[in-house]
Amino acid sequence: MAKSARQAQIEKAALYPLDWTEERTGLVGYTKWFLFRHVPRDVNWMQTLGAATLTAFLVQAITGVFLAMYYKPDPNSAYESIQNISNEVTLGWLVRGMHKWGASLFIILMFLHMARTFLFGAYKYPRELNWVIGVLLLVAGMAEGFTGYLLPWDQTAYWATVVGININATAPFAGPFIAQFLQGGAQIGPDTLAKFYSLHMLVIPGGIMAMIGLHMYLVLRLGVTSPPWSKTAAGRPRPDAEPTGDRTGLTREPSSEETS
Amino acid sequence: MTDAADNEEETRGHSLWPIGFAIGVACILIGLVVSWPAVLLGAAITIVSGVLWIREAAGTHGPVDFAAGDALDGGTPSPALAAAEGQHLETHGRAGFLTLATIGLGGVIGAAVTLPSIGFAVLPSFTGEGIETNPVDLGPLENFPEGMFVITTFIGSKDQGEVSRRTAYIRNNGLSAANDPSFTIIYSRCVHLGCPVQPNGPKFEDKMVTYRDVTLTPVQPAGFGCPCHGGAYDTEGNRTAGPPVRSLDRYAFSIVDGNLVLGKHFSVGTVEGTAADAKISRYGQAYPGVHVDGLERWLYPIPVPGA
Ligand code: HEM
Ligand code: FES
Repeated sequence: MAKSARQAQIEKAALYPLDWTEERTGLVGYTKWFLFRHVPRDVNWMQTLGAATLTAFLVQAITGVFLAMYYKPDPNSAYESIQNISNEVTLGWLVRGMHKWGASLFIILMFLHMARTFLFGAYKYPRELNWVIGVLLLVAGMAEGFTGYLLPWDQTAYWATVVGININATAPFAGPFIAQFLQGGAQIGPDTLAKFYSLHMLVIPGGIMAMIGLHMYLVLRLGVTSPPWSKTAAGRPRPDAEPTGDRTGLTREPSSEETS
Repeated sequence: MTDAADNEEETRGHSLWPIGFAIGVACILIGLVVSWPAVLLGAAITIVSGVLWIREAAGTHGPVDFAAGDALDGGTPSPALAAAEGQHLETHGRAGFLTLATIGLGGVIGAAVTLPSIGFAVLPSFTGEGIETNPVDLGPLENFPEGMFVITTFIGSKDQGEVSRRTAYIRNNGLSAANDPSFTIIYSRCVHLGCPVQPNGPKFEDKMVTYRDVTLTPVQPAGFGCPCHGGAYDTEGNRTAGPPVRSLDRYAFSIVDGNLVLGKHFSVGTVEGTAADAKISRYGQAYPGVHVDGLERWLYPIPVPGA
């Protein structure tokens, strides 16, 4: 059925901005390449847990950036500034609530995602490094939780951090150094709060973003695993090279219909 | 779009250097527990194996070894490869120099920026700078009735203000055998993980007095208890139950113009005897949870800086 001239014209007008951008940046093609990948036929909902974790992180990052506009990291005003966010600033209760509950959700999702990759055997060749990066992300995520917990500067925050820092101190050899770095003085005080704030909103999130970048790069490069009960493999076509070591038979070969 | 082009074929046999590398790392880890020389030995093994491993791995692909590899194989490289290789060799001197210069300069600039920043972030925590060691004046001796504990709260650092308010349990022991004044001054932070231990006994809030920033409330404790994990101590600060690993920290004191003045904070292994006759095994201030005596103390190399 031939399109009417008018239809064709509308279509062209609608696509024009995309074509314009594509011609100058190639980004439309890359975005398609990024989004429309081959995945195994029998992927299931468990394989969306990674994306859920990413979303939870983005929620933390976005709400955190806006909380930082109202939060004051010094012992005399930290507590008041958070009461102010919760009780006075318009919608402050909502954004703080999202950040506070989202923090727990983020950690829970990381664990669920990790359980999925573990139970699916997705940490095996060639995805070992993605597991390693994932473990670092887990540690960094928990460090976010630990540093963020001090910021409300109430009794819970203060004593939980006292105990947390002293637990660090009991690690053999490195312990007292770590505790001293975190505490920054003889006792928890203004320096500790400022340092935790900087770690919480700049240093650790920066590291997390970089590691998420690597994590996603490897997912794109290697494709997602098919579930353990699957008869077919998927992802981008494997390079011809044999894996190092005697691993023949340990990897599933993509069947022809699944390769692209 | 395929990724096949990024992957070179693996043709070489197994190398032993990774094993040497692993042995070196294991040696470092064991050395950390056992002795420093073992760490150094491990580091040496690691570095040497690592360098040789990289050299070997690089050698199979590197331009210089190409000819040698051909001779061994007895074959001739494909013409296209040879041409590419020839071109590479032709510019090798200049390109190599520029590559090294870029990496070298970049490294120097990178180090010049990052090293001071990291030092700035980390070192001040360890120099003890900004830690006030001014003695704290707790007021006239009359406020410390003999034989009774007084819950004393005071400002630890004038710069930091109220956030540095600390608590000590102070008992006037009267005169010692040598006729010197004696005080037992126990710091309130639990030596398990730092929670505030509480005196178990009646508090006489109506008898509370203040002196400048200092508050003084008499109390008659049978011992001290920690709300966090149930650590319990007797009135000398010795552990009687729960997870703490040593006795409660104490303060030294002096008497200036009839006022009790708080001195250095120190940690305690155990206390034998009581009150004025107590024999206190005294150590530099350590973190809660950290052993100060016995074999385990070697696990904790630094005291609290500035202490
Ligand atoms: C990546 C994961 C993150 C986690 C797990 C996390 C966790 C937390 C936690 C547990 C708190 C204490 C909240 C409370 O008790 O009210 C907190 C507070 C805070 N965070 Fe985050 N956070 C994350 C990312 C960020 C980022 C990226 C920023 C800023 C750029 C940020 C800025 C703040 C601020 C300003 C507060 C104080 C406000 C408050 O406590 O409600 N956070 N965070
Ligand atoms: S902190 Fe006192 S018992 Fe754990």
